[in-house]
Amino acid sequence: MSKLMPFLALAATVGLASGSVTADDDGSYSRHGPDVAPVENALYQDECGSCHFAYQPGLLPMESWLKLMGSLEDHFSENAALDGATRQQLIGYLVANAAENSGTRRSAKILRSLGKEIPIRITDVPYIWRQHDEIPPRLIRTNAALRSLSNCAACHTRAETGSYAERDILIPGMGRWED
Amino acid sequence: MRNMGKLMILTSLTFGGGAVLADAVDERLASYQAEGAGPFDAAQGESMWNGSYVHAKADKPRNCASCHTDNLKSSGQHARTGKAIEPMAPSVNTKRLTEAREIEKWFGRNCKWTMGRECTAQEKGDFLSYMRLQ
Repeated sequence: MSKLMPFLALAATVGLASGSVTADDDGSYSRHGPDVAPVENALYQDECGSCHFAYQPGLLPMESWLKLMGSLEDHFSENAALDGATRQQLIGYLVANAAENSGTRRSAKILRSLGKEIPIRITDVPYIWRQHDEIPPRLIRTNAALRSLSNCAACHTRAETGSYAERDILIPGMGRWED
Repeated sequence: MRNMGKLMILTSLTFGGGAVLADAVDERLASYQAEGAGPFDAAQGESMWNGSYVHAKADKPRNCASCHTDNLKSSGQHARTGKAIEPMAPSVNTKRLTEAREIEKWFGRNCKWTMGRECTAQEKGDFLSYMRLQ
């Protein structure tokens, strides 16, 4: 745990500087900036985004990222091992931009929905699954264009910009989703 | 000294765009040789590329084509996430096999995913000898 301390200290500093979190009803975000801060780190985009959507760090708390980055050899049954230097750089980025530090309203909701658990799956975050629990399986799991709820960008057409707004949702094989 | 300069320019012109590619693979092959492996055989690499491997944690055999398709010049698809994978063949994707760090990272991940173990220096040399010709 002592190895993680510098990152936690750094993250705390960044968190203080990131300003207030604006809360708002779901569905529109433009007045308050993106739902979560977009990925602006080329190393992260390249290393993590080559196999899957480069999930924004603001989608999980820092403890979750630390846990996840500690088990890359068995990354959801895949081997995602990285050399030590790359791994450390990515941990620094993830912690500095984790939900606690991203300063966006969806990150705040994600944090508030969590109890003591430290999920490593974004889809295990209560706020995230509650947002999706009305969508029938035929549109997600058994939809060949998606396969899983993990595939954010398949429906959230502007997910890469950090927008998860309802107006940007287009479900393959179905079209617009309205809550 | 002037001749030296000319020679260097000539060398870089001669090898042009291919120089980066050759360098990373050649450097890797030399490194495997230093570990006692070699000579390397592209045909053996091809045979391993097309082989199927029983993996203790998988319900069906895995192979390179599981993600990369059986044509190295085609785009592939990540077996789990479905994310597109750019072609492996350097002839259609010039970014391939240009960085030792990337080569070793993907050998590390994919030998374990496919075969359930690390590749030996000999196997890596055979794979690279095959892949660089594609």
